[in-house]
Amino acid sequence: MKIAIPVDDKSTETSVCQSFGRTPYYLIYDTESKESVFLDNSAAASQGGAGIKAAQTIVDSKVSALLTPRCGENAADVLKAANIKLYKTVNASIQDNIDALNDGKLSLLEDIHPGFHGHGG
Amino acid sequence: MKIAVLSGKGGTGKTLVSVNLASAAKEAIYMDCDVEEPNGRLFFKPKNITSESVSIKIPFADQKLCIGCRKCIDFCKFNAIAFIINKVIVFDDVCHSCGGCVLFCPEKALSEKDKIIGEVQSGVSENVSVITGILNTGEASGVPLIKKLLNNNLAGKALTFIDCPPGSACIVMESIKDADYCLMVAEPTLFGVHNLNMVYELVKLFKKPHAAVLNKCLEGENPAEDFCREKDIKILGKIPFDSELGTLNSNALISVRENQKYRDMFSSMLQIVAKEVQHETVANS
Ligand code: SF4
Ligand code: SF4
Repeated sequence: MKIAIPVDDKSTETSVCQSFGRTPYYLIYDTESKESVFLDNSAAASQGGAGIKAAQTIVDSKVSALLTPRCGENAADVLKAANIKLYKTVNASIQDNIDALNDGKLSLLEDIHPGFHGHGG
Repeated sequence: MKIAVLSGKGGTGKTLVSVNLASAAKEAIYMDCDVEEPNGRLFFKPKNITSESVSIKIPFADQKLCIGCRKCIDFCKFNAIAFIINKVIVFDDVCHSCGGCVLFCPEKALSEKDKIIGEVQSGVSENVSVITGILNTGEASGVPLIKKLLNNNLAGKALTFIDCPPGSACIVMESIKDADYCLMVAEPTLFGVHNLNMVYELVKLFKKPHAAVLNKCLEGENPAEDFCREKDIKILGKIPFDSELGTLNSNALISVRENQKYRDMFSSMLQIVAKEVQHETVANS
């Protein structure tokens, strides 16, 4: 299965980015082939609606799950409509989170924050 | 003549000042542009209310016509559209109603529908025509509602007081854009100075003639007064901190209509304001 994680850098040593919509890159990781691909987040510099645009990037990358510390309402709506599961990251380490997912220890992301209505977010 | 009454935050007496100045006039229009919390009507308790809903245009897609080219998505600066499992989805609360995507869609799959975002209520309270903008909760922007309010054909016919939203965001700019004069209401504290400075920057930016009214004034130090002196801002009135006024206000009563003392106070303030406005408009024309 392919998963996505917002990350700070284009390297396997990078850590989880705190913002889903404003992260510079996404790590797309294939849990079977263990392949990593990095995607630019074109929404990072958006005026508004960054979450929606970022979610579109994730949907288009055809992943089945997103691992993120938090997620806005609109982005969550896009992801849910595309049947992408949202998991809450446990810490900043990419490997820890992938391991936790493989062990079935990640919980679903519950606290979806309300949108900022185009004034940030 | 349109006078905008504004303040950096809510609760500084912006509504108190605009409601009482309007009541002290022989005939006036009170326009509540604080659309997220329009409180003026609680004081005026207007009668003969008519209301008119205000809507904006939101695009929606005919999925049968859509070929998934994504031109609409690329076009939308606000990222209000997503394409999920072969379906175009528009996020109403992010959409700015620019209409661009509708023009851009090569398949004419997008059309516009009305979405009601609030209403404008008009009524009468003795000598004052009360016009109130009410934004539905959860709506992104009250700007279209304010535009509608200020386009009202009554606006400006008589002495009009515009009770602006607090702060200095775009919705406040929209409210003061056409005003002839800006009255900034401030509290005599350091925090009050901070808020005053915020709106002061705004009225300067819009090059509006302006002055301050100081609320809740006590004997002794008044940082807001010092600030005005320093920046050369005229102070058109000082409202004392007094419990009687406070009680009237918290009972949603208009002090001008209840007590001659306050009628005198606001009437003389109104005279100064009127003189100032006239002076400024003559000087600028
Ligand atoms: S009307 Fe404008 S803001 Fe709204 S979805 Fe279309 S392009 Fe985006
Ligand atoms: S531009 Fe029109 S046809 Fe293309 S994706 Fe958008 S709605 Fe569909």
